[in-house]
Amino acid sequence: MKISEYKFSRILKPSLFVLLLLPAIYYGWGVWQDALGANPLEAVIRGLGDWGLRILLLTLAISPLRRLLNWAQLLRLRRMIGLYAYFYVVLHLLGYLWFDQFFDWEEIWFDILERPFITVGMVAVILLTPLAVTSTKGMIKRLGKKWKKLHMLIYPISMLGVLHFWWMVKLDITEPVIYAAILTILFGERLFNKYFK
Amino acid sequence: MLIKKNNELSENEVTDFSVYQNRRKFMKTAAGLGIAAVSGLPIIEASAKTISPYSTDEKLTDYKDITTYCNFYEFGTGKEDPAKNAHTLVTSPWDVVIEGECENPGKYNLEDLLKPVSVEERIYRFRCVEGWSMVIPWMGFPLADLIKRMQPTSKAKYVYFETLHDPKQMPGQKRAVLDWPYVEGLRMDEAMNPLTLMGTGIYGKDLLNQNGAPLRLVVPWKYGFKSIKSIAKIRFSETQPVNSWQKANKNEYGFFSNVNPDVSHPRWSQRKERRIGQFRKIKTQPFNGYGEQVASLYTGMDLKKNF
Repeated sequence: MKISEYKFSRILKPSLFVLLLLPAIYYGWGVWQDALGANPLEAVIRGLGDWGLRILLLTLAISPLRRLLNWAQLLRLRRMIGLYAYFYVVLHLLGYLWFDQFFDWEEIWFDILERPFITVGMVAVILLTPLAVTSTKGMIKRLGKKWKKLHMLIYPISMLGVLHFWWMVKLDITEPVIYAAILTILFGERLFNKYFK
Repeated sequence: MLIKKNNELSENEVTDFSVYQNRRKFMKTAAGLGIAAVSGLPIIEASAKTISPYSTDEKLTDYKDITTYCNFYEFGTGKEDPAKNAHTLVTSPWDVVIEGECENPGKYNLEDLLKPVSVEERIYRFRCVEGWSMVIPWMGFPLADLIKRMQPTSKAKYVYFETLHDPKQMPGQKRAVLDWPYVEGLRMDEAMNPLTLMGTGIYGKDLLNQNGAPLRLVVPWKYGFKSIKSIAKIRFSETQPVNSWQKANKNEYGFFSNVNPDVSHPRWSQRKERRIGQFRKIKTQPFNGYGEQVASLYTGMDLKKNF
């Protein structure tokens, strides 16, 4: 599959850019209009985390989709999608630090030590940071082979992300199970592609 | 209308709902200044009498928030699910089975159960184990009134409660997220404490289904999940009941579940809470601020072990 260069860079990519921005706009609007229910700050923090994880999985879906559709252009969307995942994850973290803890660093430190879901969440966002920083063309060139190795970190990071959600949930694990299932499929496709094709 | 007795009008029928809260404030001030006594306004005098000494004067949580942000897994595990789904619950007629170690067991029609009691207003803090809290003007009567009428025997050491179990009315029970029916329990002295309420209403209106209509428990010094909703069975027992959340995860939820900022939970620090409707978090108080009334129930107990 292939679409014209014009359609790709003038229509598909900008549309995706706007589309991925919509959740952030929604939560901004929701806070402003007080349309997020009784506990809006929690809704914002959770919602940003949801989108961070969803877009992270979308990033991981690019390679399999490219193979499935035989659509090489897709790879050129991956950096933008990955950076969006980081954008939402950072907003999610900021939301927690600000609206949940009000920058009470002692409490935050306790949280990291005492609450496993926060521990793994923090590790995930820390590991994700060098990937975002090295996403520029210059860095890709400079790092050469090491770049690919470094960006393999996305696999453990995505697992930590799902685990973070799973451990956060009180009882009904339906949603994290769905994320875990999607992640398993995305990993499975890679293993299959590597060893059985 | 189930809780109506003696043809009394509830406050919301004579008062515009929006002025309810303002007037309460005025009544308190007026009572404090002795204005009511000289003002000659009968409505103020009559209402001022109903302010319970157990009520807090903190700002009430909005009715909309109380009725749309609920944990009631019988109608779904999302906070907004109960408000959407609870319409399938039929609360009239309603029977409550009372059994176990008491002189007057039996199946009671709710109206009969409520006939002899006088419903009063109690404004309590309500603290959820998830780290949020509300201030709720409950309507209800002391559980002790009901217990006394049932004449528990000397063997009755605990009171066990059970929510209705009917997946047709409570669609959330079709999924085994919890071991249905939902059950809770109190030690007899906790149940007899004057703070412990059988709730029948909020803001002067009957309870909405999502808030546990037609009859629920309100134990303000314990985490919210102890305040079991839509009660269909009460049993006096010699042994300590295993409540639903303890059954689901005994490392995280105990039998007592007293609000305790010093016992943290793997998912939530309990040191602070978000009061619904407020931006900043506030400090959580031991026993949710009701230590004066209930701390003596637990003297000599290690509350970190008996969480």
